[in-house]
Amino acid sequence: MLGLRVTTATKSSFAEQRTVSPLERVQHVLHANPILGPLAVLVLAVLAFSLVSGRFLSAANLGLVLAQVTVIATLALGQTLIILTAGIDLSVGAIAVFSSILMANMATGLGVPGALALLIGFVLGIAMGALNGLLVTRLKLPPFIVTLGTLSIFFSLNSVISRSETVRGADMPAIMTWTGDTFGVGGFRITYGSIIMLLLFAVFFYALGNTAWGKHVYATGDDIEAARLAGIRTDRVLLSVYTVAGLIYAIGAWILMGRLASASPNVGVEYNLDSITAVVLGGTSLFGGRGLVLGTLVGALIVGVFRNGLQLGGVDVVWQGFAIGLLVLVAVAIDQWIRKVRA
Amino acid sequence: MSAQSSVESDPQPTAVREPVLQAKGLVKRYGPVTAIASGDLELYPGEILAVIGDNGAGKTSLIKALCGAIVPDSGEILLDGRRVQFRSPMDARLAGIETVYQSLAVAPGLDIADNLFLGREERKPGLLGSVFRMLDKKHMRSEAERHMSELGIATLQNIGQAVESLSGGQRQGVAVARAAAFGSKVVILDEPTAALGVKEGNRVLQLIRDVRDRGLPVILISHNMPHVFEIADRIHIQRLGRRATVITPRSHSMSEAVAIMTGAAEPPPPVA
Repeated sequence: MLGLRVTTATKSSFAEQRTVSPLERVQHVLHANPILGPLAVLVLAVLAFSLVSGRFLSAANLGLVLAQVTVIATLALGQTLIILTAGIDLSVGAIAVFSSILMANMATGLGVPGALALLIGFVLGIAMGALNGLLVTRLKLPPFIVTLGTLSIFFSLNSVISRSETVRGADMPAIMTWTGDTFGVGGFRITYGSIIMLLLFAVFFYALGNTAWGKHVYATGDDIEAARLAGIRTDRVLLSVYTVAGLIYAIGAWILMGRLASASPNVGVEYNLDSITAVVLGGTSLFGGRGLVLGTLVGALIVGVFRNGLQLGGVDVVWQGFAIGLLVLVAVAIDQWIRKVRA
Repeated sequence: MSAQSSVESDPQPTAVREPVLQAKGLVKRYGPVTAIASGDLELYPGEILAVIGDNGAGKTSLIKALCGAIVPDSGEILLDGRRVQFRSPMDARLAGIETVYQSLAVAPGLDIADNLFLGREERKPGLLGSVFRMLDKKHMRSEAERHMSELGIATLQNIGQAVESLSGGQRQGVAVARAAAFGSKVVILDEPTAALGVKEGNRVLQLIRDVRDRGLPVILISHNMPHVFEIADRIHIQRLGRRATVITPRSHSMSEAVAIMTGAAEPPPPVA
């Protein structure tokens, strides 16, 4: 059913028969269904932490976990698109934080209406993403170097424009922190930001799986030369991915302002690595061409569940990073192993 | 499988027939290096034309000019008697010339159907396609299955299987099927059996015959003399940047071909 066994050859089929060991079978299943591994980790983590603490599975706590992962999940969505093309974005946190500072200062300092400030912020996020994309495609620089550079530049501009001052949410138009407002579903309190995040995942789940653009993103990350020979304009694909990621980060900035009820220039340093962590834990390969946005959602939830569960279990905060780091190493090792799947 | 019998009912290209694809006096220089001194080639309908030559004989450059990967400095290319100019591989593809590169140009992570339609995806009709850009996966899959089975590649386990889970021969099969499905005039194959074992190599040869038997003429670049002599209708021998001659597997032996290729023997006048 999952193509584990090859049928006997008929006509000039290329099929051959071979016995498959149980371990190879697992490898094949994970290879064909990359979401299974992360899902299993998430389910096990939820089970384990619910045994450790009775409070873990309470509606209030689960709502909190979702609210806590919303920003990282959103940023990790943009990061996923870029990693699928075999790139990496170190400037994700910088773009998000800088966008939030720009939006907030436009609204409070220049008196721009809230909705317009958000819109301009989205456009600026797009521009920052496009700058990364242009540097990658035109100057042919490695994405790691490009985004390392723009990370520094955006954070520096961020400090200049914000004068290192936090803008309080109370001073902003209500719409700018609306993403932090909640509504009740049963016993759960869910933020509007979480809903926006889930909608974004739905959009890109569709776009990657059901449009030519999505196929081209995978093909470009898989083997850029092959994609080019097949007639795909890989530079355009890459530019579109970095640009769209910029928009996603700017929307993440809006969610961030709701979450913090402020726009602070001093957050976001950890977002770069956290977003990559979520992508990797979600089963997307850092080598490109392989992965699912839903995996990233699961990956972000794994990080959230671990942080929250370890806290409820009374584990010192300093050990949370240790646990997450361990998870990442295991995830990458498993990815390597899965990629060695035999034909 | 009718292909085996078709070897006997070999089409006889004659001078009366118009070539599908013709190169006349192509020249390509890179600074002081001459890659093609005088590129001439004729491909007739319904034939497999093998192109052989020593390393540096200019066969790769000649083929690259035909598939649009390089633009020759002078000379002309005629497709169905009409002069064409290719500025990119895409131009050649649009004109009906499909090339299977040695590097295969398949995306390993995508499935067979996706690879067959890579770069030419079909969208659903109506709003779903125009506004939501939704791919017509069902149609592409059924088309992919049809193309694969038409070529006698008995339906693989699953058309939705990732190409990387296939063997080398199966991958080659996907690449050839793609070329056959979209090539309306000519299919060019660059070393299609180079990376394959004996068994898989033979299957790919069979595939090439099937393509020819469906009416698409094939240009085959290969170093593998037994393969060339097994399936070629005519053999174009390239030497020192020009065509030394054209022979057939019946007119000459393998060792004679190699002798002409290396300059050890005088080239005979070309056939057809």
